[in-house]
Amino acid sequence: MSNTATIALAGNPNSGKTTLFNALTGARQRVGNYPGITVERKEGHLNQNETRVKVIDLPGCYSLSSYSQEELVARQVVIDERPDIVIDILDATRLERHLYLAVQFLEIGIPVVLALNMMDEANKQGLRIDVSKLSSLLKCPVVKTVARSGQGKQAAIQAALDHPRIKSGGKWEPLEISYGADLDLALVTMVEKIEGAAFLTDRYPARWIALKYLERDEEILAAGRKLGSLAQELEQIVEKTAEHCQKTLNMTPEGLIADYRYGLINSILRQDVLIHQPSRHERIDQSTRIDSVLTNRMLGPIIMLAILYAMFHITFTLGEIPMGWLEGFFGWLGGATTAIIPDGLLQSLVVSGIIDGVGGVMGFVPLIAVMFLLISFLEDSGYMARVAYMLDRVLRIFGLHGCSAMPFIISGGIMGGCAVPGVMATRTLRSPKEKLATLITAPFMPCGAKLPVFLLLIAAFFSENEAQIMFLITLFAWMMALLVSWFLRSTLIKGEPTPFVMELPPYRMPTLQGVLIHTWERVWQYIKKAGTVILAVSILLWAAMTFPGLPKEAADGFAIEREAAMTAVLNEEEREQQMIEIDNREAQAALQHSLAGRVGSFFEPISQWAGFDWRTNIALVGGFAAKEVVVSTLGTAYSLGEVDPEETGSLSSQIAADPNWSRATALSLIVFVLIYAPCFVTVVAMAKESSWRWAIFSTIFNTALGFALAVLVFQLSSRLLI
Amino acid sequence: MKHSIRNLAVNQKARISAITATGETSRRLRDMGLIPGTEIKVVGRAPLRDPVALRLRDFTLTLRNNEADCVMVEAMEESHE
Repeated sequence: MSNTATIALAGNPNSGKTTLFNALTGARQRVGNYPGITVERKEGHLNQNETRVKVIDLPGCYSLSSYSQEELVARQVVIDERPDIVIDILDATRLERHLYLAVQFLEIGIPVVLALNMMDEANKQGLRIDVSKLSSLLKCPVVKTVARSGQGKQAAIQAALDHPRIKSGGKWEPLEISYGADLDLALVTMVEKIEGAAFLTDRYPARWIALKYLERDEEILAAGRKLGSLAQELEQIVEKTAEHCQKTLNMTPEGLIADYRYGLINSILRQDVLIHQPSRHERIDQSTRIDSVLTNRMLGPIIMLAILYAMFHITFTLGEIPMGWLEGFFGWLGGATTAIIPDGLLQSLVVSGIIDGVGGVMGFVPLIAVMFLLISFLEDSGYMARVAYMLDRVLRIFGLHGCSAMPFIISGGIMGGCAVPGVMATRTLRSPKEKLATLITAPFMPCGAKLPVFLLLIAAFFSENEAQIMFLITLFAWMMALLVSWFLRSTLIKGEPTPFVMELPPYRMPTLQGVLIHTWERVWQYIKKAGTVILAVSILLWAAMTFPGLPKEAADGFAIEREAAMTAVLNEEEREQQMIEIDNREAQAALQHSLAGRVGSFFEPISQWAGFDWRTNIALVGGFAAKEVVVSTLGTAYSLGEVDPEETGSLSSQIAADPNWSRATALSLIVFVLIYAPCFVTVVAMAKESSWRWAIFSTIFNTALGFALAVLVFQLSSRLLI
Repeated sequence: MKHSIRNLAVNQKARISAITATGETSRRLRDMGLIPGTEIKVVGRAPLRDPVALRLRDFTLTLRNNEADCVMVEAMEESHE
């Protein structure tokens, strides 16, 4: 026996696989992504006696067909990385269902150990499982585990390391199941041809290839077609067999295969392997009882709204406290740095570019932590599946999925959320098209950073009906998100809705370790991003608003003004006042002169259609860093100095008095800020969840859409309102 | 009598007689254990009557009505319990 071994953990979703993985490897985990897709790859290490064991946590899946990315990945890891052994984790209370995956691993031929998990619950339900009989019938070791308490985890690893076939070199021995006379005949013919031509056999066992041909597995069919004529021959055999099955049995080959697999499982279980004792329905009844309230036609939606609202409320009230600490810390850091580094470009870069930029991003960390803590809890408890179940009918109209509700709500669906955790929450969506539509439209929601902008404009122009306007904004955001999803799903991301064939897992109390590890992973990924891409973009934006600096004459002009103010006979206070006023005017001039300012002026002729002047344009460029920056940049552009987003009184009266501004401008700006490009933190999160292509698409698409709407709103309302 | 799952009442039991779906849906249904001969029981419907929740092989599964339409069943007598 060598000193290292690789074990892959496999199992259905909700089998306790991840819990066992956590129990085995603890904090010694590495999380990444499989290249090109968003399926997570988790690895960990452990030492058992003298052996260093690498553990790969395969994505949870129900089968090894190529239906979902998870299934494909699980299959590819086993085939291409050739782990020494698979430990398949089964929920002992749902053995029949879970053995379906186990049988497919046995058919590939890799050595397998079955871990019957949740044995405590099985015992409670009065299920008696004859482990040694199961083991001898399936010819593979079977162990009992309770992943939640870690019971049996050592035994499972030991059983894997002691597997007789590992000791003899780890040869693969595919299990051959009889699929009835017709299919068996076809299989034999195909295997002969496949072996004769060494067709794909460098990767897969011959019989398994034949089986996948009969199942019409898209991945294998595509791989085969690249290899030439034998593929055609095989496909013809499959076609003939299918025709025959249809005529004689009125079934498709893939239907027959599933049928025989379940037939095998049933015949094994019926040989006294699984004995039900009377009390078996207890657990089911408990979940059913809970469901009779939580998914009740009347009560269900009300409770769901209450839970969603509570979740949202907890995230933002609880998250606000550490968020305040972080803001305080970065404020202090900025102040301290200002004191240490002398005035000038370096100070501006470090304080305004790096500390403000990264600090603003790190400020989101507590929100993300709390939100994922709650989401993991809802997910692990089984409630999230019920939310999807209840909301699916409504969201489906717009080409979305029941699971799309959560990202929308977190992004600000009830005012004041944040699109960053919202976009990250689209992970719970297993259907790629629906996920993409959700991802692109979730940033339309009125997140907490957009609120100061809205409040500023409302205070200036609609102070008498603040609440109504805020409510209308939220309503408008939902409408846009749903309509745009519908539009995208009927054009760019067109396609049949992903089947909603979904398991409603029994309600379970989540394990603290599981929830904490899950949360930590998300937070850590986010922090890593903050240190790289986000830092770079902060510096870029800082540079765009700083360079080129004011020409010498202009700067000298302000210097002369300052001197004049100094020498003029004034009292201390007035002089101070004048100096601040000059500083602010200089900042305004500098901003207008900078690259961002030029961009703002350049776009003024176009943005006028929506009623925006160069000041608003710069503010909107700044808003790409974070939406609340719109307010502070407007402050600079109106030479008020830095405006604290919480204290916008003077700015709002200034805007209200400005003849360039009207109610129409305010409405158009509200619409634009709501819809246009998400802030770059969100864009980075989007790229991580989908791809850079889609993230950039949404930046451009949302801006174009926002502008079109803003023009429409401005043109209409400037004619209707005065 | 033959009809699809859509027509079953909550708490009604039935045996699957045929799956008429094709492509991805059919593969998914099969993988989840919905194959002819399987006994199912409708355990609930979402607030808007769609999707439907079924109990089969000791676990609970949800289907949209248009997917449930592809699952033909023969209703079983209530007294079967």
